Amino acid sequence: MFEGFDPVILARAQFAFTMSFHIIFPAFSIGLASYLAVLEALWLWTGRDVFLNLFNYWLKIFAVAFGMGVVSGIVMSYQFGTNWSAFSDKAGPIIGPLMAYEVLTAFFLEAGFLGVMLFGLQRVGPRLHFFATLMVAIGTLFSAFWILSANSWMQTPAGYSINDAGQFVAADWWKVIFNPSFPYRLVHMVLAAYLTTAFVVGAVGAWHLLKDTRLPGPRVMFSMAMWMATLVAPLQILAGDQHGLNTLEHQPTKIMAMEGHFESHPHGAPLILFGIPSQAEGKVNYAIEVPKLGSLILKHDLNAPMAGLDTVPRENWPPVPVTFWSFRIMVGIGFLMLGLGLLSLFMRFRGKFYESRLLHGFALAMGPAGFIAVLAGWVTTETGRQPFTVFGLLRTSDSVSPLAAPAVASSLIAFAIVYFLVFAAGTIYLLRLMAVPPHHDEQGPAGHVPSHAAGITPAVGATASGHAS
Amino acid sequence: MIDIAVIWAFIIAFAVFVYVVMDGFDLGLGMLFPLFPKKEDRDVMMNSVAPVWDGNETWLVLGGGGLMAAFPLAYAVLMPALYTPMIVMLLGLVFRGVAFEFRWRTTRERNLWDIAFAGGSLMATLAQGVALGAILQGIVVNGRHYGGGWWDWLTPFSVLTGLALMAGYGLLGATWLVMKTEGELRDQAYRLSWWLLFAMLAAIGLVSIATPFLDAEYARRWFAWPNLILTAPVPIAVAAVTALLMRSLAAKKDYRPFFLSLLLFALSYAGLGISMWPYIVPRSITIWQAASPDNSLHFMSYGVAVLVPIILGYTAWAYYVFRGKVRAGAGYH
Repeated sequence: MFEGFDPVILARAQFAFTMSFHIIFPAFSIGLASYLAVLEALWLWTGRDVFLNLFNYWLKIFAVAFGMGVVSGIVMSYQFGTNWSAFSDKAGPIIGPLMAYEVLTAFFLEAGFLGVMLFGLQRVGPRLHFFATLMVAIGTLFSAFWILSANSWMQTPAGYSINDAGQFVAADWWKVIFNPSFPYRLVHMVLAAYLTTAFVVGAVGAWHLLKDTRLPGPRVMFSMAMWMATLVAPLQILAGDQHGLNTLEHQPTKIMAMEGHFESHPHGAPLILFGIPSQAEGKVNYAIEVPKLGSLILKHDLNAPMAGLDTVPRENWPPVPVTFWSFRIMVGIGFLMLGLGLLSLFMRFRGKFYESRLLHGFALAMGPAGFIAVLAGWVTTETGRQPFTVFGLLRTSDSVSPLAAPAVASSLIAFAIVYFLVFAAGTIYLLRLMAVPPHHDEQGPAGHVPSHAAGITPAVGATASGHAS
Repeated sequence: MIDIAVIWAFIIAFAVFVYVVMDGFDLGLGMLFPLFPKKEDRDVMMNSVAPVWDGNETWLVLGGGGLMAAFPLAYAVLMPALYTPMIVMLLGLVFRGVAFEFRWRTTRERNLWDIAFAGGSLMATLAQGVALGAILQGIVVNGRHYGGGWWDWLTPFSVLTGLALMAGYGLLGATWLVMKTEGELRDQAYRLSWWLLFAMLAAIGLVSIATPFLDAEYARRWFAWPNLILTAPVPIAVAAVTALLMRSLAAKKDYRPFFLSLLLFALSYAGLGISMWPYIVPRSITIWQAASPDNSLHFMSYGVAVLVPIILGYTAWAYYVFRGKVRAGAGYH
């Protein structure tokens, strides 16, 4: 079985599969860790019970999501060796240290303080506990910093030389870490994580407001989430545009694939809105396009010439249809997010913010939007970088382990079965937690910790126990 | 002789050792789950490691990531050679890891996640032990790639090391429970500790006898004069620690057995180091052949020198916060 399959394709499928499952959790937990830090800070500052209840409510959700992120992340750190050993040998001296710094500055920090954050409020008191929460939040951001630096170096390699063994060696670590696409990618991804979390929080708030508009917890979280959407969605569109210009400069073939520009346009390129790209024919069929808008967006000049894939040897073409479509999905969701942000602002000024079923229904539907956009964005940037792992320097086909198709296929099937079982169960548990509104005297993760926080809460709520808060 | 590559070999060895003993007791405790059928006991067992397991497992990421960074050639050869055990280990760790949270989120499926917890711990342990045996027995290298087949890792010797690690982690888990629990649960952990200690001693004996037969070099390393001066203290120390461990188990000193078991692990680990040195892939690739360029190693050394002491500091603090016995229904006291 599987002898006829191409092991390179199987290894890529395995990486794409395990990575896609993994990225969902960090995208959520980066934002959620920061949100938890904000909630705890607000609780310590104002003493209002509603913030502590919201903190404990989201902490339970964070614990489940973070656990899934950890276990799917460990798989990634070994996947480089099992399936991409030639890449590991050649790029290890540069990628390895960046990942080692991620472990040392981020993973240990998160893991070291996570136990106290989840179970330690009664043991260490609110201030030290807040410190632990902050460390976890900062850890998630450090993690994003290093892993995006490593990924960006593979997209836009800089500051390296090549030694006798054919390995990439750092000539200047500063240039390696702050390679040309890194700042753009970091901003774009961290904003994406914040937006992803905001839309989940907003959807949970909206769900409960649809049933009862007076619940204080859902009102607070819905308002916070919609402010995030209003303020960050436009920022994200701007950051994405800047990231695109950076990509045009350093990875023009990726932009050609995203735009569906098979042909060169010496007198201004159109913006293709939709169409059916055909890799084999080298053109976009049934294209609906706006003349010259492509040049205006990418070069800020209607008549600027734009080169197409016809200037690039075919063996260096990325898979255009996937890149083309995933890009449109991401951008489409980005504008929907902007739309929700603007609608929420409008409803705020109309005084209908907590009553508008239209707004709440829209926000509920947009709950998973961030995840889809993040996945679509990563598919765009990763397939657009093909057929290279280190852009322009190391081909994907030269990066794989000396693999046998049956071994990769079997492990791919094993991962698929286990991930679907485990993460489906996890998703159900998460949705179950979200289906119940936060209530007064909300407890933290795993109801096995002492059930009363008497003596350390700065303000004891006056509402009756069990009453929704 | 002592250069940056050697220092990094010790750093990686340190990370792997910390992983082995720390996740060792988590995984051992997981494997013992089926022997404690009562829900309250299982709650206590899991609570005793819930706040720290994630930090423990991070050392595995440092071991893997550090190996890729410091010895990319070794990482590139070893991982494909150990393909199946690695995948099994990772899947086992997935089951084990999610069970920590999932178990509390359901009553109907709690048993299912208990099985995932125990089964995942067993899968991961067996795979790690098998991987160790597969490395010791030697790996076929072709140029800068793994040159062997997909089933090379599976031999009677690697199965033996797999079982040996199960006994060892089991002992760590049982003595951890002795330290962290009370009453009947602790009494049963004491009984199990005796059995697991005997199993581990038998395993150490069998692996020690089998190793010199794998390759004449191992035999020379251990038994030839003057190496004997350096190697003889290892078995003597194992015997001494075993005697102390038995005394502390008999005298029911709750805290000592765990730390003496750690010491037993340290000695076994030192023995492995003596066998392996100076190879990182036994008898194919040395530390120096596999080492990253100096500038990569130097760049990471700053981070390690500053950050590892800090990491050890806040890890110790987390253990301190959750010190003492865990009681049923009430978490920590």
